Amino acid sequence: MNKVKQKDLMLYSGLIILGLAAPFLFSAFKVQLTYLCVLIVLAMTWNLQGGEMGYNSFGNILFYGLGMYLTASVQVGMFFPLAEWTESGGEKTFVHTTAEYFQGIGVGLLVAAIVPTIVAGAIGYAILGLRGHYFAICTLGLGIAAGEIAGGIEIIGAGQGFTTPPFPAEIVDPEARGQFFYFLSFLVLVLAFIFVKYIYGSRFRLILNAIRDNEDKAEAMGIQTMKYKIVGWMCSAFFCGLAGGIMGGLIGYIDSTDVAFDGREMGVFMVLMAILGGKGTLWGPIIGATLFHFFKEGLWTFILGWQYVALGVLIVVIVVYFPEGLMGWLREKYPERFGEVIDEKDRKAQVELK
Amino acid sequence: MDFLIFKAPMLMVQASLDGILLGILFALIAYGMALQWGVMNIINIAQGDLVILGGYIAYTMYLAGIHPAWGVIVSPIIMFFVGWALYKLVINKVVDRDLFISILATFGIAIVFQQLMNFIFGADVVVAQSGYGTTMLFDNSVTLPNSKIFSAVISVLYAIALVIYMKKSRLGRAIRATAQNARAAKILGVDTEKVYAATFGINAALCGIAGALISITLTLHPYVGLPYTVRSFMIVIVAGLGNLPAVAVSGMGLGLFEEFADYILGTEFRIGAVFMLLVFILVYRRFKLSKKREYLK
Repeated sequence: MNKVKQKDLMLYSGLIILGLAAPFLFSAFKVQLTYLCVLIVLAMTWNLQGGEMGYNSFGNILFYGLGMYLTASVQVGMFFPLAEWTESGGEKTFVHTTAEYFQGIGVGLLVAAIVPTIVAGAIGYAILGLRGHYFAICTLGLGIAAGEIAGGIEIIGAGQGFTTPPFPAEIVDPEARGQFFYFLSFLVLVLAFIFVKYIYGSRFRLILNAIRDNEDKAEAMGIQTMKYKIVGWMCSAFFCGLAGGIMGGLIGYIDSTDVAFDGREMGVFMVLMAILGGKGTLWGPIIGATLFHFFKEGLWTFILGWQYVALGVLIVVIVVYFPEGLMGWLREKYPERFGEVIDEKDRKAQVELK
Repeated sequence: MDFLIFKAPMLMVQASLDGILLGILFALIAYGMALQWGVMNIINIAQGDLVILGGYIAYTMYLAGIHPAWGVIVSPIIMFFVGWALYKLVINKVVDRDLFISILATFGIAIVFQQLMNFIFGADVVVAQSGYGTTMLFDNSVTLPNSKIFSAVISVLYAIALVIYMKKSRLGRAIRATAQNARAAKILGVDTEKVYAATFGINAALCGIAGALISITLTLHPYVGLPYTVRSFMIVIVAGLGNLPAVAVSGMGLGLFEEFADYILGTEFRIGAVFMLLVFILVYRRFKLSKKREYLK
């Protein structure tokens, strides 16, 4: 037992050192690394309710986009009139000082984490009562409706988009912007990992699994399923909001349907990454997101123009042929590694049956 | 918010007529969705993209100099084979699986279709001119494009033809038997695999007809498929599976809702209103069902 813990400790400290050193080692890829951190956070938290709770949501993009708009709005609105900012579009009549910028983004991220969580709690009772595919389609509708509605609201830029405050010009170091966003996203990633890891060792996870396996029976056993479902969804919303806020600052421009409520990209990516790695495992979404990101970045430039076709084909292939994902495949291959004990007699009997 | 519509009653007549004619078209797409949902237990997210593809077939004919109205005959024939091929390639592997898998797989198909249409036909909004002119009603205060009347008539004709076909023909009976109980149908000698393929083909053909009609009445764009999927999904939920009159009525209801939302909220919120309506219907249904569960206690 002690030995295993030591191994874990070495793994984690190694990963953290790698994470901290990465922007200096691969300084040309800082933006990509930031994307990777955000993707892992999204996949990991999607997995909490998609994989563990069995509620496959297409609508977590709602919280992501909400976080993005909130961070930018708060960051601007704290110091300048928001309506005039969006009206002026790309022209910068207002300039944030360094202190204002960081104060703004700090408060903005706080709001971006809290408000989506509250929203998830508020709509959770109505939405999480839906089962199976009704839930999936309903959340899909929510995500797209949010995008369409955000595209019609004047104060946040409507159809022409919202330019987020540029990084303060007083900081002359050209590396600073990339490093700031990388470390911000890495911090969120570490927090998300610690949180998910904690949940994996807790009773809460068992309850979520019970809901996934048979909700009616779980209810009959005295679990207040609705309460736990809402809490599970709120956990996802919290991190989705944070991730969205960081991405908004990194991209520097928010469009209602192409960047914020981007159901066609981010909304599908998070589902796909979790399934690719293996739903309902701690490491699955992390591995899935990393693989997916490398695949995407490596291949996208070679098949320019065809990337969405490739994405669609990838979705079909993964879903149809590998619904259990990488971790599921490994688990089937090396069950001992996952702590599963196989009864030799039982296995033989099954082989004979075949 | 704009309440002009309540001040000018003629606008209301206009919106109602537009909505009902549009709703008949939606009902046709929804009927296809109900068919495959009932028979194969699959929710096809690519439904709307099949519609748009059917529309582009008619549009291509229009570009080639053939009147686009012929699309209502050519498009379903081509789309039937597209649907058949799609079934053989992907759908047959997800029929018996979890519904979420079929949703995600058809979502992938939808993305592929959108992008391919974007390559082939370009990202512009296009419309095929039918040249049917418009009818003026009530002292020229209500305008009604004849193409909309044409599309409603064609939709009704095809729907009637399909109902008769499902009732009378051998394949129609096989499809209905499979929908009732696939296992029993198999035992009694129905080739369910063929029935599934045919069902998916018929669904795609219905989408083709609807698409051809949309190409002359509304506009086509590679990325507007999803709203059609959601509309047909909504109609099917409200009407239930295999209830054609209810499908027609709720289709018209949706058309009316959309036209009025268009006038009252503004055109930019039209699609948003459709998706919000979906959420409201699902949530309403959930509370209604949970009440039923409480009675059982």
